Amino acid sequence: MNGFLRVALLVVRKDLTVEVRSRELIYTTLFFAVACVLVFAFAFVEEGRALDDAAAGILWVSIAFSGTLALGRTFERERHAETLRALLLAPADRPALYVGKLVGILLLMALTEAVLVPLVGLLFQAPVLAYPVLLAGLLVTGTLGYAAVGTLFAAMLIRARSRDVMLPILLYPITVPVIIAGVRGTAALFQPEPNPDMALFWIALLVFFDVVFVTLSLWTFEPLMTE
Amino acid sequence: MLRKAVVPVLGLSMVLFVAAPIIIHRAPYEATMGLVQKIFYFHVPAAILMLLLAITCGVLSAVFLFGKKQAADWWALATAELVVLFGSMAMVTGPLWGRKAWGVWWEWEPRLTSSLMLYMIFVAYLLLRRFGGPGAEKLAAGMALFGMANVPFVYISVNVWRTLHPKTTVIPNLVPPMAWPLWLCFTAFLLLALALLAMRVQLEEQRARVESLYLAAEED
Amino acid sequence: MRLIRAFVILLALSGAMPLHSASAAQPQPQDEFVPLSEIPPEEQLPAAPMVIAAYAFVWVAVLVYVISLVKRLDRVEADLRALEHKDN
Repeated sequence: MNGFLRVALLVVRKDLTVEVRSRELIYTTLFFAVACVLVFAFAFVEEGRALDDAAAGILWVSIAFSGTLALGRTFERERHAETLRALLLAPADRPALYVGKLVGILLLMALTEAVLVPLVGLLFQAPVLAYPVLLAGLLVTGTLGYAAVGTLFAAMLIRARSRDVMLPILLYPITVPVIIAGVRGTAALFQPEPNPDMALFWIALLVFFDVVFVTLSLWTFEPLMTE
Repeated sequence: MLRKAVVPVLGLSMVLFVAAPIIIHRAPYEATMGLVQKIFYFHVPAAILMLLLAITCGVLSAVFLFGKKQAADWWALATAELVVLFGSMAMVTGPLWGRKAWGVWWEWEPRLTSSLMLYMIFVAYLLLRRFGGPGAEKLAAGMALFGMANVPFVYISVNVWRTLHPKTTVIPNLVPPMAWPLWLCFTAFLLLALALLAMRVQLEEQRARVESLYLAAEED
Repeated sequence: MRLIRAFVILLALSGAMPLHSASAAQPQPQDEFVPLSEIPPEEQLPAAPMVIAAYAFVWVAVLVYVISLVKRLDRVEADLRALEHKDN
């Protein structure tokens, strides 16, 4: 178990070092996320006011889209430098490699969300600070479920043809429940009369999905990544 | 060998399919929905088979991934294609029923949404098999496992949330004149699925033989 | 030629006759629309086309799938025969 954590941490540190040097992923993902919010703002704002529940939807769709971009780029970099093959050749637990990559993606998405949430709060008058703990709970559980499936599929797609197109095609149908739960839970907090119980219910559902998705991913990562 | 069993099974299922409309015509009408409720006899078997085949596909994919059995992958691909076939039937007959019974073609409620999700997962599976290139079968197997995880969610959703869709308890509580046409239709669908599965697997076996012959020819 | 002309005239007359009578039977143009909360039962969406469409779709889907399967099987078997023939 100790070795497991050590491998995972090493992978995270490697990814962070590469990212701190180039800062490619964080800049592109952030810019893309902000661009997403702006595009949706044009679609859902009428006479200066956003439609009901639009803020929650815009927040989560932007998270999902920028997450796809980050996942694609992260593994494209690995593929380009042939480093994933090297990682897989290393005498390390495959699930530990997966956890390492997952943590890296989660950190990147957390940074993006740290920009997106205040932005949505400002642009759509969403009360992001009314229930900070519940909102954070929704974001953490939702992002974990999304990134767990995303990391697995992006890693597997590294060898496939037309991987850029395939990632969203595979990822979105499977992660739709996570997005629905995230949007409904956040909308319950953003509505004029917030409903924390409802948000709690959606967090519980998200935790259930996280358990299913992370277990399945850890279980299938090894056979899926073996040639 | 497969072929011999396929023809009578397919024939029997076709006989049942021809008999079904007559028997369904004689079944009693439902009190509130009337005639349109008769879509039930085709909609429910198609939906049940979609779920059963999705589970089968997930199990076969797990056998392929962990047991490294090539044949399991052929069966998984065949079941995935049938999930989409029966799923299409359920997704088309459902709205036709809903338009009359609920007044709308589509309602964004848990049962419909999660069924659509399951359907889309298996369409994505087929897209991946078709366009993924070499190595896609493993990735698709992973996809099918996630699809299987979705099935209990579809089944339970309608009983947990208050929705428009009838609950699953209507089926055990059916009166006999309504129950036996349903089970007859279910038998017809099941036999059809088995015959189609056998044909589809045979296709995959022949493809593998062609492949190996090509490889052998290249080596000479 | 005369016969054709007579025929054309006859045709035109037979076409015009029902048209004329139909225009005579037309109701007066409405000067206001009367709102009604419930559609009368005879105008509601009939169930029969829905049921028939549902059953027809199932049949067509099965048929299309079986045809595609048989086609694909035939093609593969032709390939197989060609390859086996080449071997001998």
